[in-house]
Amino acid sequence: MHISPVLWQFLTKWLAASALFPAEASTIAPYTDALYFFLIGMTIVGLILVGVLLFGFSIRYSRKNNPVATQVEGSTLLEATWTIIPLAIFLVTFVWGALLYFRIFNPPTNAMNIYVVGKQWMWKAEHPGGQHEINALHVPIGRPVQLTMISQDVFHSFSVPDFRVKREVIPGRYTTVWFNATTPGTYHIFCTQYCGTKHSEMIGEVTALSPEDYEKWTKDSTSGMSLAQNGERLFASMGCNQCHSGNAASRGPNLAGVYGSKLQLTNGSQVLVNDAYLRDAILNPSQHVTAGYQPIMPTYQGQISEDGLIDLVEYIKNLNSNYRVQQTLGTSQSDLAAPTTPGMVKP
Amino acid sequence: MSASTYTIVNLPDQATATMPKRHYINNEHGLLSWLFTADHKRIAMLYLMSITFFFFIGGAFAGLIRLELLTPQPDLVASDTYNKFFTMHGIVMIFLFLVPSVPATLGNFLIPIMLGAKDLAFPKINLLSWYLYMAGGMFTLAALVLGGVDTGWTFTTPLSTHYLNTHVVTAATAIFIAGFSSIFTGLNFIVTIHRMRAPGMTWFRMPLFVWANYAASVLMVLGTPVLAIAIVLVALERLIGIGVFDPTKGGDPLLFQHLFWFYSHPAVYIMILPGMGVISEVISTFSRKRVFGYTAVAFSSVAIAVFGFFVWAHHMFIMGVSNYSALVFSLLTMLVAVPSAIKIFNWAFTLQKGSITFETPMLYAFGFMGLFTIGGLTGVFLGSLGMDIHLTETYFIVAHFHFVMVGGMLMAFLAGIHFWWPKMTGRMYPESMSKLAAVVTFIGFNLTFLPQFILGYLGMPRRYHAYPQEYQVLNVLSTAGATVLGVGYLLPMLYLAWSLKYGEIAGDNPWQATGLEWQIQSPPLTENFTEIPVVDYEAYDYEWLANKTEHEVTTVG
Ligand code: HEM
Ligand SMILES: [Cu+2]
Repeated sequence: MHISPVLWQFLTKWLAASALFPAEASTIAPYTDALYFFLIGMTIVGLILVGVLLFGFSIRYSRKNNPVATQVEGSTLLEATWTIIPLAIFLVTFVWGALLYFRIFNPPTNAMNIYVVGKQWMWKAEHPGGQHEINALHVPIGRPVQLTMISQDVFHSFSVPDFRVKREVIPGRYTTVWFNATTPGTYHIFCTQYCGTKHSEMIGEVTALSPEDYEKWTKDSTSGMSLAQNGERLFASMGCNQCHSGNAASRGPNLAGVYGSKLQLTNGSQVLVNDAYLRDAILNPSQHVTAGYQPIMPTYQGQISEDGLIDLVEYIKNLNSNYRVQQTLGTSQSDLAAPTTPGMVKP
Repeated sequence: MSASTYTIVNLPDQATATMPKRHYINNEHGLLSWLFTADHKRIAMLYLMSITFFFFIGGAFAGLIRLELLTPQPDLVASDTYNKFFTMHGIVMIFLFLVPSVPATLGNFLIPIMLGAKDLAFPKINLLSWYLYMAGGMFTLAALVLGGVDTGWTFTTPLSTHYLNTHVVTAATAIFIAGFSSIFTGLNFIVTIHRMRAPGMTWFRMPLFVWANYAASVLMVLGTPVLAIAIVLVALERLIGIGVFDPTKGGDPLLFQHLFWFYSHPAVYIMILPGMGVISEVISTFSRKRVFGYTAVAFSSVAIAVFGFFVWAHHMFIMGVSNYSALVFSLLTMLVAVPSAIKIFNWAFTLQKGSITFETPMLYAFGFMGLFTIGGLTGVFLGSLGMDIHLTETYFIVAHFHFVMVGGMLMAFLAGIHFWWPKMTGRMYPESMSKLAAVVTFIGFNLTFLPQFILGYLGMPRRYHAYPQEYQVLNVLSTAGATVLGVGYLLPMLYLAWSLKYGEIAGDNPWQATGLEWQIQSPPLTENFTEIPVVDYEAYDYEWLANKTEHEVTTVG
């Protein structure tokens, strides 16, 4: 965005006031808008050029003004010109768009994480502190927020036009999107992927709050149990702790600290343990057996909801703060039980 | 007229022109003679009638959609009904109108004649194509009458396979069958163009219309089977739950997206390329010049067809494809935009030093140039990765593809219908009415779809039955435009039908054009040429035409 900031502000304010332009409510928005104006400029110039050629030639060479046509074969020079110039403009667009894409889709490492589950026809947001919301999302301004999203049924797509972000929410896999809201206010959340009967009712509101208001909101809407604590309960009630007890005799690997590490599998490959891997390891355990263990874990396919999976993943994620974090977990010989969840996770 | 020469009837003779006694229309009589015909021209007319029928069904649904969107509340129909409306609109317009429109009507009628052949290579397969098309159409209507489908024309899984109780399999069958119609048409064209050219009709003497249809045919033959496979998998998944797209069975829902767009992206070129062919013919004829850079235009069709196969994933930039594959697909998308730009400029420069007249087909061609330029350039927005994130799945997409498909393809189709109407029917249409229709269409079109670009940037999602209040003004504009546009489409229906009986007799070559189709009588004989012509001049050689006072075309035999 290399046009004068004053001019820019003036332009976007004026446009937004005319209701032809969405609010610029995230740090990304001005970057997207800059590219948008460039592309509109390109379109207008292209259109004027074609218009001038069409009308100019039409007048100059109408049957009245030019009764007999002069035959021309073509011109390599001219044709090269209108091959190379559009190509150059399109390549600039490509590079610009690619840089923006990486900016929009690569979250900063310090982003706070909120889970979003899409289902026909609602958005369920789950904050790490255990706050649940439906068709609503509260976020602080001035802080990068990453959403880890998954669908429980069909494709949905999470879109906040005023933030200029959107990402498909897919059954069976986590996708992420991040933004950094700049202005307090409420903004539309739309589902933009057609998802059946009430597709157009699958909308919600994201409320951007000042950090203090956000703090207050978090306190007021807590359910008393963090996601990780829910996960811990689930871990016990599903019987996971019978094998993943963390002691030498256990039949499954200790899970403390496993998140974020590289794991050696029986088939020789190595995997990075992240949310997607943990989810898959719970649903399809026989497909990746940790080296040194038997493929005896049953599948939990169909027994745990996506929310439950998120709780479990969050629980396992939080196990890494125990004192054995440096140990290679798959081969842990310790006979200590896995420690319980560290207190409620602050968002 | 001796047996071995043709006389070209020139414009001055037109006033005295009479309808030929014998032609393909009156050659045989009775419904059965049409239903069992193997004459490519009669089959083209069958297509023209059936395609027009389906266009009006699709159009009626467009009207209903726009009517519902007049107000933000969902007040005209229930959500499920609305979803069925846009699904029907999409399926009918794409599979039963846009894909077959130019190739099956104009292509069928003209390609053999333009090449100097008596028919297509496989006349009976050509008839079979029409029956398949009709069978596909009937299944679509069946799906509609039995209660409708609400998958959207994209059949996204697992929505279509697991979550809908509507007539998905019926609609899938319709598309599967109609797909074979287009595969057969494509094959027929390819073989005809390779094998049936008259002596002297070299590849680089072929009209650009034939080149464009050739490129489109290659896409039809290579792309459509992939769609057929995807559709069969959807049906199997629904009926017996094979699970290829189902994540809980180890399937991958994104696989469907890949398969579907592997066809459906090239499909947009199947739809637009033949239209581009029409524009080349029209612009050349009414500026009386050879198309500027003929070879570049011919090769740009082929380039579009080839590149068209490598850009499908630009429909999936936000679906969690890896960032690096997104880069590659974005780059390729930018490259495929270049041949389209080349065409636009070559057409514009065809006008230079020409002697231009502004008949109705030319007006539509100008309309095409303007609207396709906007449609094409807004495609660059969507090919640009970062921009696509905000714009995809909104009304910006709806506006973009209507500019390309409706502003582009439909304008080209209307240009072509008007251009070749005298040849197909032997009669002229009323000139001032048709000019009026062209202007009304252009205005209505812009009023309908320009506001949708803005709606899209504001964030209004597509396929929304109800929307937030603040989008209403632009939606009202769009609906108003659609009404004007609807009138613009109805007019040609009426006056073209009228002209069948009352239109002026056209004569053989009312536009003084060069193609072989203009060197034979209007309407043509069933066998097109009594003798196979020998072509000894380049395509669009207006000097050749002007230099002959007693124009004779050499023939063999
Ligand atoms: C008066 C003319 C037309 C109007 C007002 C119109 C309007 C619309 C609207 C509003 C939609 C979006 C529906 C939605 O996303 O909720 C739509 C979708 C579509 N239109 Fe049109 N349309 C018109 C003509 C055409 C024509 C002539 C074609 C093709 C030849 C066409 C092809 C399509 C397709 C393929 C879709 C996508 C359907 C889908 O989203 O599943 N339209 N149209
Ligand atoms: Cu949805």
